[in-house]
Amino acid sequence: MDQISINAVGRKELTTYTEYPPKGYRVRISTYWWLGRWAYLKFILRELSSVLVAWFVIETLLQVNALIAGPGAYQDFQGFLRNPVVIALNIISFFFILFHAITWFNLAPKAMAIRLGGKRVPAILIALPNYAAWLLASVIVGWLVLRG
Amino acid sequence: MLDISSHDVLIVGGGGAGLRAAIAVAETNPNLNIAVLSKVYPMRSHTVSAEGGAAGVIGPDDTLDEHAYDTISGGDWLPDQDAVEFFVKEAPEELLRMEHWGCPWNREPNGRVAVRPFGGMKKERTWFAADKTGFHMLHTLFQTSLKYNAVTRYDEFYATKLLADDGQVQGVVAIELASGKIQAISAKAVILTTGGCGRVFPFTTNAAIKTGDGMSLAYRAGAPLKDMEFVQYHPTGLPFTGILITEAARAEGGYMLNKDGYRYLQDYNLGKPQPQPVLRSMELGPRDRLSQAFVKEFEKGRTLKGPYGDVVHLDLRHLGEKKITTKLPFVRELCLKYENLDPVKELIPVRPVVHYMMGGVHTDTNGATPLKGLYAAGEVACVSINGANRLGSNSLTECLVFGAQCGRAAADFASTQRAPGRHLLAQAVDEETRLQDQFLRKAGGRERISEIREEMQRTMEQSAGIYRSRDSLEQAAGKLSELQERFRDIGLDDRGHAFNTELVAALELGSMVDVAESIIQCALHRTESRGAHQRTDFPARDDQKFLAHSVVTRTAEGTPAVNYLPVKITRWPPAERVYGK
Amino acid sequence: MAEQIALEVTRFSPERDKVPSIQAFDVPLRKEWVVLDALNYVKDRVDGSLSFRWSCRMGVCGSCGMMVNGEPKLTCATFLTDYAPGPVRVEPLKNFPVMRDLIVEITDFLGKLSKVKPWIIRAKKKPLSEGEYLQTPDELDTYRQFSMCINCLLCYAACPVYGLDPLFAGPAALALAQRYNMDSRDEGKSERLDILSQHDGIWGCTFVGECTEVCPKHVDPAGAIQQYKLTATQEWIRSLLMPWGGKS
Repeated sequence: MDQISINAVGRKELTTYTEYPPKGYRVRISTYWWLGRWAYLKFILRELSSVLVAWFVIETLLQVNALIAGPGAYQDFQGFLRNPVVIALNIISFFFILFHAITWFNLAPKAMAIRLGGKRVPAILIALPNYAAWLLASVIVGWLVLRG
Repeated sequence: MLDISSHDVLIVGGGGAGLRAAIAVAETNPNLNIAVLSKVYPMRSHTVSAEGGAAGVIGPDDTLDEHAYDTISGGDWLPDQDAVEFFVKEAPEELLRMEHWGCPWNREPNGRVAVRPFGGMKKERTWFAADKTGFHMLHTLFQTSLKYNAVTRYDEFYATKLLADDGQVQGVVAIELASGKIQAISAKAVILTTGGCGRVFPFTTNAAIKTGDGMSLAYRAGAPLKDMEFVQYHPTGLPFTGILITEAARAEGGYMLNKDGYRYLQDYNLGKPQPQPVLRSMELGPRDRLSQAFVKEFEKGRTLKGPYGDVVHLDLRHLGEKKITTKLPFVRELCLKYENLDPVKELIPVRPVVHYMMGGVHTDTNGATPLKGLYAAGEVACVSINGANRLGSNSLTECLVFGAQCGRAAADFASTQRAPGRHLLAQAVDEETRLQDQFLRKAGGRERISEIREEMQRTMEQSAGIYRSRDSLEQAAGKLSELQERFRDIGLDDRGHAFNTELVAALELGSMVDVAESIIQCALHRTESRGAHQRTDFPARDDQKFLAHSVVTRTAEGTPAVNYLPVKITRWPPAERVYGK
Repeated sequence: MAEQIALEVTRFSPERDKVPSIQAFDVPLRKEWVVLDALNYVKDRVDGSLSFRWSCRMGVCGSCGMMVNGEPKLTCATFLTDYAPGPVRVEPLKNFPVMRDLIVEITDFLGKLSKVKPWIIRAKKKPLSEGEYLQTPDELDTYRQFSMCINCLLCYAACPVYGLDPLFAGPAALALAQRYNMDSRDEGKSERLDILSQHDGIWGCTFVGECTEVCPKHVDPAGAIQQYKLTATQEWIRSLLMPWGGKS
């Protein structure tokens, strides 16, 4: 592209203009942007839930470790679990994991656009098996734990 | 600092015709440097609002001759028949090319492209993408155009003047809206694809951007405008907003009802009512005749009173929810949103609304104007294939066929030309001075843009509507010269540079007043009734005197002068327009 | 006198102002008026210097997206009466630089759109003389939803990821990429995947889901991106298992 300036043909500038592309005004995003809207808050809570999922994983690993170490260590571990702080933490974690699981299962139909007989399978039919599998797993675990 | 940028081909307007032209230039000669300049981002162009479809012969029972005949009779024998023959021949290939570029055309169960019936067409030949055909075509063209690196885009630039040297058009002066900077953009060939000027009327389906800029650019540079008196009223617009309810609604089987629930079109020589839609009959008659029938019904007191003028009803209820949601989803969406009614269960109030300009910049079948280096295509141009009344679904196809043709012609022309000289910059400097003196640095200025615009629009509706007469037109001519005078005394609230949309509105108003004057003058001089131009004082068609195009040029004093150019007849001698038989 | 409603509008001139401010206007409250009608009332009768974009005023050109009382909306399809008794606050679309009053800079989006190659890619093109590519109504239906995007950019205004990281390709561009991927005529899926599986592509999305909520045309960009993630993961696994050419 051939660009020459007006000065090159000896005429003076008439006007000054803002440069292009102009910078524009960028609104700074507040640190607390996620409080402004329920959907954003929900999103942040879901992101946060991963920390608590990690906590459960660590707890389970500790439990397995205690189990391998012998009955004494396991007793100590059970004592640790009875600590009110740990109980509170576990209750909070439990609700976050529920939240995490539900949002994850609800996401499944979004990610899987399965078509049968020319029609997209309704979201509920994709979400439902996930919930069913979850329920089944819970029942099996419950049975294993409670039968003794 | 004033800059000059140079290109081989500059396209002013980024809608259907402009983008098609850009691609055509790139494919004709890959070495050419192409620019597309538009006052809006290309995907905002008004092509986006087209709903019903695009016509092109595809069915085994259809022929090019039938499409040509429908177009010519629909245009009341004013179309140039050589242009129409070229148009119908190119149409299917262009629509097919859109298919190859990804346009989501509706399909038959076997995967072939589906077609639907349309007003004034004897066969089913309207390709469609639900009822958002223009939207899909525009986005397909825009997205496809992104792969051509030879195309430089000037998005949100407003062209104020054509640069010309010794009668040859060599670029434009444009304002970069973001900064307000004036820039000269030179080119070996310029293509105008700026669309129509529906906004000279108060009640129109046309978007805010349709202000006749390209027509005025050409007209001021000395190019003639053609057939400007032919303004199409679409019979089915929503009251107040003027939002279009596509003709496809009638093609799918909708009825037009007056206040008694009577299918009144049967009283206007358009055939007998049948439960199923019949091609070239009743609701599938041409737009001019349907809009005229509305006025007659109104005069008989058989329309319904509404807060925004009288209306009749469009009845889709018998089509059922399934057909409406699959074939006319946008109609339903628009009715629900803007009229708060569901066409599945309720009647839609509609009235005729200004929709399309058959006239425009005079071009030949290559899209070339009489000015060397200047081309035009789409609604801004008048080839003419539309004559005195355009058939629905011909205009999208026209954008493709003549956009492409004009792109090829401009590419060939540009390949033979030398680059314009830098001395054009002086014209840009003068133009900048004019804009500063006339608008930005002017002291005072008592007139408001909106007042002049509204008076112009009212004048046009009252005098150049569906029916016209010498009295109304002469009055309008006087009023418009008064408005031209008052326009000089316009005062802007906004004297800034960055995104001065008020300055743009002033320049658009200037274009519109020019175009309005040309419409009135052409209408005044055509003392006959043909297609969309109906004179109450001359109710009959007069082939002796007026089987001719009106050609209006700007005189040295700035006033319009009207002359005539004979219509090109090839195989279809003028006859009576017959519908409903 | 007709009923009025207060319209609070962002004003900003890059030539004059350091930061945007809010200006209030009283406008008539009419049943059939949308927010855009109120803005035009101000421009035509009160202050001609108010700047905003608009065109088709029927919800299809995508020009008039703005924040209305904090929500991204097409102002031509947002009725004033829904905000009675007011005030109605109209601000430029969030997450974009403001250039003037209600006008934002969107060239960033156009760059991103080009980057995802939103056109039909084929190894071998069919000549026009052989007619159309056959596509059944069902095949059309698989991508049609994503082809409805009007580029109004409400989804970018709703997306906190884009707000925090402007490099993120964003909902509309990704949905349009998916529109072509799902088109039975297209063969460019893997070409696009190389671009989109980068960090600022699909993996930038953390599935807030607000893009889908605010989309006036029900495009569901969030869904498009999640589908894409699944495809990308499948491709990745396949390339791990069959490194010598598992890429489809």
